[in-house]
Amino acid sequence: MSTTVTTTVDARGQSCPGPLVELAKALKSASSGDLLELLATDPGSRSDVPSWAEISGNELVEASERDGDFRYLIRKA
Amino acid sequence: MALPERRPGTEVRLDSQRYDQLLRRIEALEATAAGAIKKKNKLTIIAWGGELDRIWPTTILATTAAASGMDSSVFFTFWGLFAIVKPGVRITGDNWMQKMMSAMNPGSAQKAKLSRYHFAGAGPTMFKKLADDHRVAKPEALIATAQELGVRLIPCQMTMDLLGLKRADLLEGLEEPIGAATAIAEMRDAAVSLFI
Repeated sequence: MSTTVTTTVDARGQSCPGPLVELAKALKSASSGDLLELLATDPGSRSDVPSWAEISGNELVEASERDGDFRYLIRKA
Repeated sequence: MALPERRPGTEVRLDSQRYDQLLRRIEALEATAAGAIKKKNKLTIIAWGGELDRIWPTTILATTAAASGMDSSVFFTFWGLFAIVKPGVRITGDNWMQKMMSAMNPGSAQKAKLSRYHFAGAGPTMFKKLADDHRVAKPEALIATAQELGVRLIPCQMTMDLLGLKRADLLEGLEEPIGAATAIAEMRDAAVSLFI
């Protein structure tokens, strides 16, 4: 299981459902256990990314915010 | 039915009457569970409305469900069908009634009208300008994303015939047209089904 980020998805500036669509696309080419980083500015992502993780069964490892920039670490199931 | 008090480490004694009651309850529960409809992790939307403010949430929700790993399908019927007409296809239908209907409902998601705030086309233009400013994907782009993510887009055969829409008038990559019973079968096993 990787502890370093394998793919970064930069969805900054995109609104719902852009960040999740970009994340889902990146996830297709990732392997199980890969750690993906999602960067977003959509404030809706604060609730949407955890919901997405719950529905999709992938693990939200970390969520952080800095000056309106959101960063999420997701581990592919 | 009250169960005998149970303490950890103690033996529980049931008299035969209570034992039989318990068995009957378990059998009844098993029968109920066997008859229950098995729901899939699936979203099905009946896209009835072709207006911009309906087709937009339809495509956002269908796409998001697919992005979340859910099965996702959209059944297009009535005005919803005009949203999946190929861009550039103008007058459709075989008779003056169908032709007039297509003239009043220009095909493709790009041409969708607003149910309110339309102002002869100024409303949708403003909406799309705002969408661009906020980088919200437009319905036509969301339809393409939906197809890319494996959302099944299914036209309704009966309304296609009624409105005079041919398979060639509709977008590429759609599923084969289906009827109401198949649409109900789609909804029946979907954990979430919506009519928009």
